[in-house]
Amino acid sequence: MTAMDPILAGLVAGIASQRLRAVDLTNTLSPDFPVIVLPSEFGQCEPFRMETVSRYDGNGPAWYWNNISMNEHTGTHFDAPAHWITGRDVPNGTVDEVRPEDFIHPAVVIDISREAAADEDFILTRAFLDDWEARNGPIPPRHWILLRSDWSKRVGTVSYLNLREDGAHSPGPDATAMRFLVHDRDCVGLGVETVGTDAGQAAHFDEPLPAHSILHGNGRFGLQCLTNLDQLPAFGALVMAMPLKIKGGSGSPLRVIALTV
Amino acid sequence: MSREKRDPLARRKERHVQPGARSRAMHAMAARAAMGRFVLQGCVDCGAVTYPPRDVCPRCWGELRWADHGRGARVLSVTTIRVSTDLYFRGQLPWRMGTVALDAGPVALAHLHAGLTAGDQAEMRLMLDRGGNAALFALPAGKEPDMSDRQWREFVVPVKDCTILVSDARGAIGRALVQALHAAGAGHIVAGLAPPARIADLSDSLLGMERVQPIPLDLTDPVMVAECISKIPGPLDIVINTARLVRGGGVSADGNLVEQRRMLDVAVLGLMRLVQASAPLLQGRPSAAFVDILSAQALAGDAAFAGYAAGEAARHALLQSFRHEMRATGVRVLSVFTGPSDDEDHQSVPPPKVAPARLAREIITALETGREVSCVGDVAVDAMDRWLADPALYIRERNL
Repeated sequence: MTAMDPILAGLVAGIASQRLRAVDLTNTLSPDFPVIVLPSEFGQCEPFRMETVSRYDGNGPAWYWNNISMNEHTGTHFDAPAHWITGRDVPNGTVDEVRPEDFIHPAVVIDISREAAADEDFILTRAFLDDWEARNGPIPPRHWILLRSDWSKRVGTVSYLNLREDGAHSPGPDATAMRFLVHDRDCVGLGVETVGTDAGQAAHFDEPLPAHSILHGNGRFGLQCLTNLDQLPAFGALVMAMPLKIKGGSGSPLRVIALTV
Repeated sequence: MSREKRDPLARRKERHVQPGARSRAMHAMAARAAMGRFVLQGCVDCGAVTYPPRDVCPRCWGELRWADHGRGARVLSVTTIRVSTDLYFRGQLPWRMGTVALDAGPVALAHLHAGLTAGDQAEMRLMLDRGGNAALFALPAGKEPDMSDRQWREFVVPVKDCTILVSDARGAIGRALVQALHAAGAGHIVAGLAPPARIADLSDSLLGMERVQPIPLDLTDPVMVAECISKIPGPLDIVINTARLVRGGGVSADGNLVEQRRMLDVAVLGLMRLVQASAPLLQGRPSAAFVDILSAQALAGDAAFAGYAAGEAARHALLQSFRHEMRATGVRVLSVFTGPSDDEDHQSVPPPKVAPARLAREIITALETGREVSCVGDVAVDAMDRWLADPALYIRERNL
């Protein structure tokens, strides 16, 4: 028996024939890619750093390699449940223990780009999602929810972090939306283009940081700093997001791709 | 200011420095000259003051001690050197020197400011030449030196019309420095801004001034350092390292290691990254300098700021090595010691504190008087005095 199972063979043939497109949802990991900024009383996220060990020179005449360093939450990255206090006791909550089946899930793409362009503090609510479902159809279970805000188009400008004297300003969900997505739609996780799954001002919500709190408390995941979500359909894309297997890690930079027709 | 333009086909001009070999006594004089002092040796036994530096009193073979003296002098004779076999002076000819009768006693050979003639009253300065050795320079008494004087410029680092990189223009010291350099006529000021950028940066009036170029710069990132250097238009004359991360904490307790590591990265490796990227450019310039601001905590440690003081001490050590490396190139490496600055970094420290604007002024003075080591503010002056007098005692006093 040397033949591949027809399901896998179909996938391979779909990619080979370019009937399936692989869309890279990852921003380039570079030293100047912004990282989340917390109030100064808290520890800070380290940006990506790279120092060359050798580049075909005296330190390695035939080879090129670098030492790299970063936070687990630098660049396009994955949040495991243990990242948040609500997820501290979730089984398999650290990044090394996430089941491999969870690295591959279909996705629903919700377009909030128009709203985010009009209001940099746009809040995604349950009411917005109800209306979205009425227009697009119900969100199926066990899907990634990807929020297309077009925020990734701001990468490289000061308006990506959008830091003002009263903190960062960027769109995100409130608690009603998160409870609906987690409990009523059984989502796998939330993927966003901004630097955090929560809105820039979400620390000041009545229920602070609801995306982190509700997602991780229920064993769901986060994906941040995604890009190219504008190339995906509302339904039907398959997301592959495989974090590094860091022992006891709370998250990890990763390469995220989507397969779509 | 019109930027300096050069013939691209012209062979690179090699820069030389004054001859370096000196006696141990002369090095002792240079170490004091580096701090802006005017010192001569006096005999403990017969009281005679002597110059040039010697190992014993030339009159009675008694023991010699260094002491500060008045700077007054009278020019006795003047001569113009038109021929020299020395590579450095060949490039500077003609060169005026003269004999001066120091008010302290000895007659000495000195470099002369333009216009000084025999019989004039002079004010002496003990300068470091480009090779780092002490040299007497006579200025017209009671007058400010003319910064356009060709011979004086060989001993100082003029700021006017220069291109200057300020590594951190976000902190209070860096902002005051950009302001002061701008007022002093710097030709182009490159103002490093550590990420993250704020929306407010876009409308910052200081960064928006003419001749000021804001640029992202974080010394912990070698790529950003290289890109910053690559974006400086024209040649770079002066680098002033204002980057620092100040955090409290001890060794056995209260030291947040994530913060301490970043602090050391900025202070120690950050300095090395900035030096490695900029020193090759500075070496090609006729009058270049690298200035680093050091906390006086570098001298003796500080229990309340243990990691920070360790970083400052490490930088103090690195600057000695860097200075040695630059001796043959003529690039001056200046250390400016300060006490706690009056900014958000030192909220927990009681006065006296150094106003950032004062520190900025003193940095420009250090450059324009060629002073290798400066101490700004009462805390740093007192620290240096006590450390020079009895380092072991000072370390105990600071860390009781």
